[in-house]
Amino acid sequence: MSDLDQFRRDTRAWLDSNCPPEMRKPVTADEDVFWGGRNTKFSSEPQRLWFERMRDKGWTVPDWPKQYGGGGLDGAEAKVLREEMSAIGARPPLSSFGIWMLGPALLKYGNEEQKQEHLPKIAAGLIRWCQGYSEPNAGSDLASLQTRAESDGDDYIINGQKIWTSYANYADWIFCLVRTDGTAKKHDGISFILFDMTSPGVSTKPILLISGKSPFCETFFDNVRVPKIRVVGTVNRGWDVAKYLLQHERAMISGMGERGAGRPLGQVAADSIGVDAEGQLDDAMLRGQIATFEVDEAALSCAAERAVDLAKAGQGHPAFSSAMKYYGTELNKRRHEILMSAGGIDALEWESPRSHEGAKPRAWLRTKANSIEGGTSEVMLGIVAKRILDLPGA
Amino acid sequence: MPLILNEEQTMLRDSARGFIGDKAPIAHFRQLRDSKDAIGFSKEHWKTFAEMGFAGLLVPEAYGGSGLGAVEAGVIMEEIGRTLMPSPFFATAVLAVTALRGGSEAQQAAYLPKIAEGALLAALAVDEGTKHRPSNIAMKAERSGNGFKLSGDKAFVVDGHMADLLIVAARSGGSAGEREGLTLFAIDPKAKGIAIERTVMVDAHNAARIVFDNVAVDADSVIGDVDQGGALLDRVLNIGRGAVAAEMVGLSDEVFGRTVTYLKERKQFGKLIGEFQALQHRAAHLYTEIEVTRAAAMKALQLLDADAPTAAAAVAVAKAKAGTTATLAVQEGVQMHGGMGMTDQFDVGLFMKRARVCQELLGDSNFHADQLARMKKY
Ligand SMILES: Cc1cc2nc3c(=O)[nH]c(=O)nc-3n(C[C@H](O)[C@H](O)[C@H](O)COP(=O)(O)OP(=O)(O)OC[C@H]3O[C@@H](n4cnc5c(N)ncnc54)[C@H](O)[C@@H]3O)c2cc1C
Repeated sequence: MSDLDQFRRDTRAWLDSNCPPEMRKPVTADEDVFWGGRNTKFSSEPQRLWFERMRDKGWTVPDWPKQYGGGGLDGAEAKVLREEMSAIGARPPLSSFGIWMLGPALLKYGNEEQKQEHLPKIAAGLIRWCQGYSEPNAGSDLASLQTRAESDGDDYIINGQKIWTSYANYADWIFCLVRTDGTAKKHDGISFILFDMTSPGVSTKPILLISGKSPFCETFFDNVRVPKIRVVGTVNRGWDVAKYLLQHERAMISGMGERGAGRPLGQVAADSIGVDAEGQLDDAMLRGQIATFEVDEAALSCAAERAVDLAKAGQGHPAFSSAMKYYGTELNKRRHEILMSAGGIDALEWESPRSHEGAKPRAWLRTKANSIEGGTSEVMLGIVAKRILDLPGA
Repeated sequence: MPLILNEEQTMLRDSARGFIGDKAPIAHFRQLRDSKDAIGFSKEHWKTFAEMGFAGLLVPEAYGGSGLGAVEAGVIMEEIGRTLMPSPFFATAVLAVTALRGGSEAQQAAYLPKIAEGALLAALAVDEGTKHRPSNIAMKAERSGNGFKLSGDKAFVVDGHMADLLIVAARSGGSAGEREGLTLFAIDPKAKGIAIERTVMVDAHNAARIVFDNVAVDADSVIGDVDQGGALLDRVLNIGRGAVAAEMVGLSDEVFGRTVTYLKERKQFGKLIGEFQALQHRAAHLYTEIEVTRAAAMKALQLLDADAPTAAAAVAVAKAKAGTTATLAVQEGVQMHGGMGMTDQFDVGLFMKRARVCQELLGDSNFHADQLARMKKY
């Protein structure tokens, strides 16, 4: 037996005895997700147990080096762990922008002190991060951002406004893009900087979404003082860090469709709508839509697997994550249209314990942001056209 | 297994691409089409295919073949798709070889070495109606003496007009719609009662309609077990579907590459048309569809080689996806070439015709999506 087969067996056995049954059910409400952070609370005992057991093995971030709180797994092992977790429908023990976005950027661009200071806290769910990229006049055209960081001895003084900052009102720290040189060309004067959200001069104001929730905020900086050592990478070269981080963000968003997990959509629909005499979903057009959707979804998950294999073999294209982000998010929106259609009248209920306070329609509405956040579908297609297909007019 | 070609497979691809690109570019296909060639492919090229080990790609080494698998067959099919090369590879080297490998020692010894040498061509006769519905096979195989009498009509028999051997799926028991009761036969096309008509189709590739009128065959011609041919037929059809999916990946990729090149060359309004965002986004969308399809096809072929229980579902995904992607690729190809795309002189239209045929070949996208839904029980 190869080492990897052995690893798979051990992992399966460990998950089997350590993942509580409650943590193997699909996520239906916000409380089912554990985000970590200074002010965090577990919503249940199984959630706490599951998180702590995974943390102790370094498996909140299985492929990070052990010295930073990770599991030290190589790519193949991490894939086995993912597969075994998905086979039992295990929930992620910790969800975090620190894991998905900042961590990878720090591993590549951070200096040793920064890595030691931040990575273990991310792995252990101690600090919750938010992303300060977008501004009212810098969305798709992110490099036009205007938030200023002016030099004052060993510090920067930061002034400006961010918008769409997800969970800024719950976050402990922010990773932020600021303009450190107002005279350079727009991509060349930006720095990537980290600071504590409790610093004097930081304030946030929630924005209500169409889903009835307000997961994101306007964020204001009024003479916020931040030590210069908090800059990640080179001053004025923050765009490189920002882009690298965006690749990870896009990969993460493209995978959000909980692909392959849970009951097949067709059966979800059959449970809700019923079947005809032949046992087929009693809505032929919807059945066809679902089947076509499942073809695309299965094919996309092959492409995701291949993207990893290509990257490992050094044959991947750096802009491929944009293609995956585009495809995955458009597909996820389709999934939720189908779920709404399958749910029929029941899926329209907005406020009742029966509907888990409208979990279905709220989730449906939330997915509409997938093709906007982290770069819109149009922007992704533009990147593919120019960077991969090399079409003119960049 | 990683979803990329390994070193040997990459070498195989390069040698196939080298030969096909050099000796059988689209001009070769046009020449056969325009001269209404009687056989419809180049015998010389098939000889070279045999020498290169492609004819016997799936034939076990014991019978003189290379003993390779579905992934390798897909590699060749993808290259064939790029130049629309007419070749017996699909019908003989993929379908027939897989069917015969389910036959007796004697059958394998009789046919496989000849196929590997390039000396024997074969065709699989399955379809009867307007759409691919293998479970609805109605062709009768009635017991008679020590053998059977076959009667019925087959259509869309790839390479049927020039095959030295026909592999025929007929119903020895049960009734249309049932899986039990199917039997595969290896039949000499010159047998009494067989009438073969070459059907010239939209894509100018080889296919035939065959009428069987009380054709007598003996028990030795049965491949596998009487009434139990369903499982073997599924295996044959599935590898064939995976192979056609790979061909469609090849043709989609080729027509897409040509389209992107055109976007970078053609000027209108004083600009390269590739600068127009409306076209850029459509091209980028098509690119993602093709990459997703390529991965799905590769996955299906790998699972077939691993004989995995999930292979059938993966094949359904691959063939369904490849059908819609190829359809999109050729439509966008013609559209973005503007008026030039409608001319016979430009190659895009040739890909469009071939894509339509590949879509129907062994089940279209709807058929396979429906199969997937059935497997998932809804
Ligand atoms: C749920 C959600 C969470 C988010 N979380 C965060 C966060 O945590 N931190 C953060 O910093 N930001 C966050 N964002 C912001 C997000 O990154 C921006 O909304 C996004 O980049 C788009 O910018 P915009 O909203 O200004 O739209 P605009 O850029 O104004 O776009 C409007 C429309 O124009 C199109 N468009 C723009 N430029 C082009 C072009 N060149 N070609 C073709 N079409 C174009 C867009 O595709 C879109 O359809 C979040 C957004 C959402 C919806």
